[in-house]
Amino acid sequence: MSTDRRFSDSHEWFDIDGDTVTIGLTQYAVNELTDVTYVELRPVGTALSAGDSVGEVESVKTTSDVYSAVAGEIVDVNQGAIDDPAVLNRDAAGEGWLVKIRTDDAGPLGDLLDAAAYEERYPTD
Amino acid sequence: MATATDLKQTPFYDYHVQHGGKLVEYSGWAMPLHYGSIIEEHHQTRRSGGLFDVSHMGRLRFDGTDAVRFLDTMVTRNVHDMQVGQARYAIVCNEHGGCLDDVLVYRLSDTKCMVVCNAANRAKIVAHVEAIRGDMSFTMKDDTESTAMIAMQGPTVMALLSAFSTSIGELKRYRFIEKKVLLASVMISRTGYTGEDGVEVILPKMLARKAMQMMLANLDSEVPEIQPCGLGSRDSLRLEAGMALYGHEIDETIDPISAGLNFALNLDKPGGFIGQAALQKIAASGPVRTLVGLTLDTRRAARQGMAVKAGDTVVGTVTSGCLSPTLDASIAMALVDTAHAQAGGMLGVDLGRSTVEATVGALPFPWREAKG
Repeated sequence: MSTDRRFSDSHEWFDIDGDTVTIGLTQYAVNELTDVTYVELRPVGTALSAGDSVGEVESVKTTSDVYSAVAGEIVDVNQGAIDDPAVLNRDAAGEGWLVKIRTDDAGPLGDLLDAAAYEERYPTD
Repeated sequence: MATATDLKQTPFYDYHVQHGGKLVEYSGWAMPLHYGSIIEEHHQTRRSGGLFDVSHMGRLRFDGTDAVRFLDTMVTRNVHDMQVGQARYAIVCNEHGGCLDDVLVYRLSDTKCMVVCNAANRAKIVAHVEAIRGDMSFTMKDDTESTAMIAMQGPTVMALLSAFSTSIGELKRYRFIEKKVLLASVMISRTGYTGEDGVEVILPKMLARKAMQMMLANLDSEVPEIQPCGLGSRDSLRLEAGMALYGHEIDETIDPISAGLNFALNLDKPGGFIGQAALQKIAASGPVRTLVGLTLDTRRAARQGMAVKAGDTVVGTVTSGCLSPTLDASIAMALVDTAHAQAGGMLGVDLGRSTVEATVGALPFPWREAKG
């Protein structure tokens, strides 16, 4: 796991690589959702403000929006997660990533939790 | 949500915790939603066998010379002509024909019956009994917290139990037997809530741990035939099987005729039951709304409360929905205006951001055919 990874209280993780931020859902969130059955992501090219939804993840029990903490443009979506939503249950922190966003301002990520703080607040066991 | 310490625990609570059960609050009880995957547990039950802790369900024992006569006034099905060893599904109605609960009545003897009710309605049913009993001579004892209840469901269950006891193997559907184990009485009925064959077992709390060990002894084998399953798969299984869930397909504002439960009514019952006159009227004029099955043209799930539309007009409401693991399709039950309840018709379901097409079909959903 990247040491730059940040976590929100709405249970997204954010990986920073230059001006690109990868967003996914945390294992804690996926455990709460139960089996993921459907993933819908906004298309490549979508312009986002901080706090906008990048898509929806639906499980056996409920439907949940996924939010971006940064403004920018969607430059990639994980077609693998759309085709096989269960990849989120198998590997939420890796293969189950959702979208990549190009941003001019990764600053808001500084306000989010680091891995240790998130794990303490939302333990997975 | 209440904290874990406020919640009632079934006799299998420790088992759930030790086996990775995700515990959630359900009607005041800490119950396992799943032990890993709801979908896998659903398939396990359809393919082979699932074991469900259903100890949260209410178990009320009626005993006395008027017990049968009383239950005949309280539930929609005949109790007086039941044989000892027979179980019947029935509804408890209010005066307007709305559903206070759906229950299983077990005829234990000429003067004794057991009623299994929903956990969420247990206190209400106990109060209802006291309110309507008048001067009838019987006692009601709430056995819920001194007993445990397990459902074993799936195509391998009866064969497995037959090897264990011939009398269980020979049980007919909706029949039960009582067996003595360590001086205690264990009740085994060929009933369930998944569409699959199987049994439900009521046993004293003190035998619960031992029983669980025995029934899951097969877990040591390479491919266990019976595996523990949580309430999540119980819900998707009963939904495929078109079975009503209280608070969804039925409640105090929905009558059993609209909910397609005519088979559970004896509208000509001699002596009458509460709600009978109202239901006779509904039967005569036909229900305004009808419960239907919908198959949606999407992989998204419809949820309770979503609007069902014909064109731009709202003609009904979704009562339950899920992505059916067996049919691999988005299915839902909905109460719709009877004019739109015809099988084969097309309706829309408003999923929020979009409205998707749905085909009206009969219940249950064709899960048996899909299973092959």
